[in-house]
Amino acid sequence: MASEGHLSPIKGAKVLMVGAGGIGCELLKTLALSGFQDIHIIDMDTIEVSNLNRQFLFRQSHVGQSKAKVARDAVLNFRPGMSITPHHANVKDPEFNVDFFKQFNVVLNGLDNLDARRHVNRLCLAADVPLVESGTTGFLGQVTVHIKGKTECYECQPKPAPKTYPVCTITSTPSKFVHCIVWAKDLLFAKLFGDKNQENDLNVRSSDATNSSEQAKDVFERRKDEDIGQYGRRIYDHVFVALTDAFSSVSAMASLGLKNPQDKWSLLESTRVFLEALKQFFLKREKEIGNLSFDKDDQLAVEFVTAAANIRAASFGIPLHSLFEAKGIAGNIVHAVATTNAIIAGLIVIEAIKVLQKDTDNYRCGSYLFRMTYCLEHVSRKMLLMPVEPYEPNKSCYVCSETPLLLEINTHRSKLRDFVEKIVKAKLGMNFPLIMHGSNLLYEVGDDLDEDMVANYAANLEKVLSELPSPVNSGTRLTVEDLQQELVCSINIKHRMLLNFHSFWGWGVFIPLQICSDEFDEEKEPDGMVLTGWTQAPAVVGNGGSTSNARQAEAEKDTEVDEISEPSGKKRKLSEVDIPNAADGTGNHKEVKELDDDDDDEIW
Amino acid sequence: MDGEELTEQETALYDRQIRVWGADAQRRLSKSHILVYGMKGAVAEFCKNIVLAGVGSLTLVDDRLVTEEAFSANFLIPTNENVYSGKTIAEVCCNSLKEFNPMVRVSVEKGDLSSFGGEFYDKFDVVVVSCCSVAKKNLINEKCRKLSKRVAFYTVDCRDSCGEIFVDLQNHKYSKQKLEETVECQLQYPSFEEAISVPWKVLPRKTSKLYFAMRVIEQFEEAEGRGVGEISIADLPGVLKLKKEICEANSLNASRIPDTLLERLIMGAREFPPVCAIIGGILGQEVIKALSGKGDPLKNFFFFDVMDGKGIVEDLSNTETGSRVAVSRGLTLE
Repeated sequence: MASEGHLSPIKGAKVLMVGAGGIGCELLKTLALSGFQDIHIIDMDTIEVSNLNRQFLFRQSHVGQSKAKVARDAVLNFRPGMSITPHHANVKDPEFNVDFFKQFNVVLNGLDNLDARRHVNRLCLAADVPLVESGTTGFLGQVTVHIKGKTECYECQPKPAPKTYPVCTITSTPSKFVHCIVWAKDLLFAKLFGDKNQENDLNVRSSDATNSSEQAKDVFERRKDEDIGQYGRRIYDHVFVALTDAFSSVSAMASLGLKNPQDKWSLLESTRVFLEALKQFFLKREKEIGNLSFDKDDQLAVEFVTAAANIRAASFGIPLHSLFEAKGIAGNIVHAVATTNAIIAGLIVIEAIKVLQKDTDNYRCGSYLFRMTYCLEHVSRKMLLMPVEPYEPNKSCYVCSETPLLLEINTHRSKLRDFVEKIVKAKLGMNFPLIMHGSNLLYEVGDDLDEDMVANYAANLEKVLSELPSPVNSGTRLTVEDLQQELVCSINIKHRMLLNFHSFWGWGVFIPLQICSDEFDEEKEPDGMVLTGWTQAPAVVGNGGSTSNARQAEAEKDTEVDEISEPSGKKRKLSEVDIPNAADGTGNHKEVKELDDDDDDEIW
Repeated sequence: MDGEELTEQETALYDRQIRVWGADAQRRLSKSHILVYGMKGAVAEFCKNIVLAGVGSLTLVDDRLVTEEAFSANFLIPTNENVYSGKTIAEVCCNSLKEFNPMVRVSVEKGDLSSFGGEFYDKFDVVVVSCCSVAKKNLINEKCRKLSKRVAFYTVDCRDSCGEIFVDLQNHKYSKQKLEETVECQLQYPSFEEAISVPWKVLPRKTSKLYFAMRVIEQFEEAEGRGVGEISIADLPGVLKLKKEICEANSLNASRIPDTLLERLIMGAREFPPVCAIIGGILGQEVIKALSGKGDPLKNFFFFDVMDGKGIVEDLSNTETGSRVAVSRGLTLE
């Protein structure tokens, strides 16, 4: 494989790398050493200090610069003469359309979020370009090969959705520290410093009956000329004092002197940090208030959220956490080390070379030409790197086959906007959707629409489905298309008010459980809609079995982390591989088929 | 813990990995000293990994002058002749590595590793050697073992699209997480010489064929007085003849070592960069485990072959815990 004769398909290949982060840096280096000559890189991120422990192409002096561009320059330094084209941009930008993807022989993903992975998967399918996909977390990693029609696509198995928590758990009955973090970050922080017009469930039960006469809205507003210290104490009183009496001993102006992020603050220290952080927001960053959203790299925001979550945790008897730990939970930070990324990058290049060397048309499933490989933390069946047979495409996958989906929805109540936002964008992952009922256009997104159309679509968005110009009722089949992804799928609509099933995050499972209310169960199905269609085994009831830990839980869309996408439990025979969950140390059993040794010369 | 706290700078830089192995492991790493010999591709990868991880110091030994062959799989050597001309491989690599992490001291030591005495090895916690003959591996391994302090010893070799790591941690105590609790464990390792002297017929049935193939080539190079990797396809008949002899002497079915595998190994004098990345990654991980005393270290061989894609761990020991209980992962001390 290393011999000269195999270098020509490598030299002539044009490769697209998506992501120049942890895996990306390693990948670019290994591609360069392996003889690749023509590489494009897309990455929208800029370099941060916490990248430098593993993204070895970057230095302290590069912080703030484009990853794609700095990575290019760094590699050209040791291997000049290659062609590396950096794109400091989002892979979802319209310029990266199917024609753009078609110029490449293979696409290599080193991404950190589900959203972008799904998007690239669709473009690779539409452009018919092989995709090598990867992910790492801590010591765990995996590489998979996706070739249209030959192996399963990235979306053939549904991925565990980000965990969400019932509102009442967050607002009233927290039992884990993560609940306090979500409360502090998504409710309190957003309420105080974010967009005031956003809906917010922050509703703190107060022991003080007189408070009920106050308009809840005004409590969080800083009154004109109100002293910032007073305002801070008032907010503190409002959100915490109902729960704890620790307040009286607090001096808002106390200098903090807290240094070590590994230390757990006492309740008093948390209180001080809370007040001090709040004060600093108003005194030093007042212009940003109203537009802030939580960012794990915003030190003050992390301090505020850590303090608030710890005060709340103390009130509910939940163990306290250090700023370091709280930041990991709030920022959804996934562990990352250089070694795993280097190993995974090596495996990606091996698969990429095989894709380029072999005529993929000759590929048969079962020939084991391509592999998916797991990088394990603990030895399993004598292996640390475990190759697994690739899977055939899922015939009921709405992305790579044309199987229609079924949507159960209250057509008399749900608006087209709900359908667009919660189903088409959130669940189907489309960016530029076009929705048709027969030959009638209900909705589309684009730059070249005339005003009448725009107004028409805007009006449609606010109508309930059954009252659209072309009414959507039980039995209607909608066609939803994404023009950029060139993905078309059909959705059969079923009107439903009575719901007597239990479902988890809307996909797949349909288990009659009980006859219950005449409404959707809001706790279990907050969107009031159930999308089904994939016929995979319901083995992952809960949260895919792998999202039970707080870091993966409550995931944000574009956290800058190397996230692993784990295989879920499609009926896959054979024994179990123990892929422990690096985050919480619990075993996570997977069913995968190990590749058999293909040498027949092992005879005794 | 050890008293000293991590600095703010360290906490910021190492944030993501402290989340993997913890702050006390990070402190231990920053106080450890590593010696590497033979700056080939896999070792270059390893060096990058541990410099990024934040060890205390890294010392490089490789007095060869830079040639075109040297940078085929080594990204630490820029292809610009003005940069490397007249310098040794270790010197050029040292300059590149220093840039990866200003908190790690990277330096060069000149001379022949075999001639260095105990006081030299005593400065290190980990010794990694590559491109060494069997005799040299044994010699350095023994020097490490004679010291009063425990020095972890590793060998690493990549040939064509295959790689091998050997590990000797002597008597290694460590802790690992088992569900909620921390368990103390201990492992006893054989030396390289002890490990490769285990009679082949007592090795487990499924022992990796790469293990046998590497030993055959090692013995061939040794017998012919060749340097490591000084072998070509012209040597195939000689290698196959030697294989037959060794197999007969060891009562091993000769088909256990496929001729095609031997052919691949002697043809691929150049390292295959993706394999270097994988082997250097696994080795980096193992050294971090050994230094931090956290998690099961591998015992005592690791093999990777692109052909089957497996990264295999073999426990090949001649001690009582040897071949039959190859999968047992350590004794609980409690």
